[in-house]
Amino acid sequence: MNVLGSITVLLVCQLIGETIAKVFTLPVPGPVIGMVLLFLGLVIRRGLPTDLDKTATFLLSQLSLLFIPAGVGVVVHAKLIASEWLPISAALVLGTAITIAVTGLTMTALLKLRKGSRQ
Amino acid sequence: MNAVWPQLAANPLTWLTLTLVVYQAAHWLWRRGRMNPLLNPVLLSIATISAILTLTGIDYARYFSGAHLLHFLLGPATVALAIPLYRQLGQLLRSVWALAAGLLAGSVAAILASLALGWGLGASRQTIMSLAPKSVTSPIAMGIAEQIGGLPSLTAVLVILTGIAGAVGGGWLLDRLHVHDDRARGVAMGTAAHGIGTARALQMGEVTGAFSGLAMGLNGIATALLTPVLVKWLMG
Repeated sequence: MNVLGSITVLLVCQLIGETIAKVFTLPVPGPVIGMVLLFLGLVIRRGLPTDLDKTATFLLSQLSLLFIPAGVGVVVHAKLIASEWLPISAALVLGTAITIAVTGLTMTALLKLRKGSRQ
Repeated sequence: MNAVWPQLAANPLTWLTLTLVVYQAAHWLWRRGRMNPLLNPVLLSIATISAILTLTGIDYARYFSGAHLLHFLLGPATVALAIPLYRQLGQLLRSVWALAAGLLAGSVAAILASLALGWGLGASRQTIMSLAPKSVTSPIAMGIAEQIGGLPSLTAVLVILTGIAGAVGGGWLLDRLHVHDDRARGVAMGTAAHGIGTARALQMGEVTGAFSGLAMGLNGIATALLTPVLVKWLMG
């Protein structure tokens, strides 16, 4: 498999995922279903082709770039956000901090519990 | 100049190139600034490009006609998250219950915190509903917002801003809370800050990135199922 083949594999998984999501009207986006399909495919195949690994690693190394076009959409809603800046910024900053704290602490506690019970 | 500018402004390539140039400049600045979280390249790039569009009077639709190529790549990049996940299969199976519990707690916390803070600080109902699903990846979040009476296009922006908040402050907060396990750090980043949190988690390390990618996908499903129920129960 070469780079072109790897990109084709990613797109085929996405396309199948999107079709499944549409046909079964699932609330999950096609690419996420595609991710699950590719993951299952790799588990069944029991191996990761080098080129697929390289292509994925390149794509993921630039992942944050891909969010910029959607983020610039902030200009469309600038007025609305400015008029409700306090609840919006509180929900963004505090809400995200609370989520990170709750998730991280819950999982840490359970990982420790598991470790403790095994000893 | 008067003859050149309209040509440039009308060419979608201009806006794609601008995005790449600005991002690389922001990335350079971030590295020069010893990766200070406040110099987050996504944040800097969005602020710079938004300022350029506002100053030149270019509307978002025209900008997006060029930049959508990058936006399109989000799909295959999301599929590609299967690769770090596959490489961490062993780690994943060993911590599956802790992951499920952390994820569920975080998913509920994200929705409740958005509803409570939005309502408590006097946001309009439409804004509260647009905030509720903001921790999950845009296509899911927009679908949920539409279902519960939010504004999907506003949600898309709030999702990105949430991701930036998580990417900027997440590592610092997890250090303060003494969450040092890479798996827990990854799940926290992915649950709270979807793909942008995952982009940051991948920079922290392979294990962190893999768990973040998985948490992002799973929290999308959990939030899609939980938000309409919690909203109906709490807000009538």
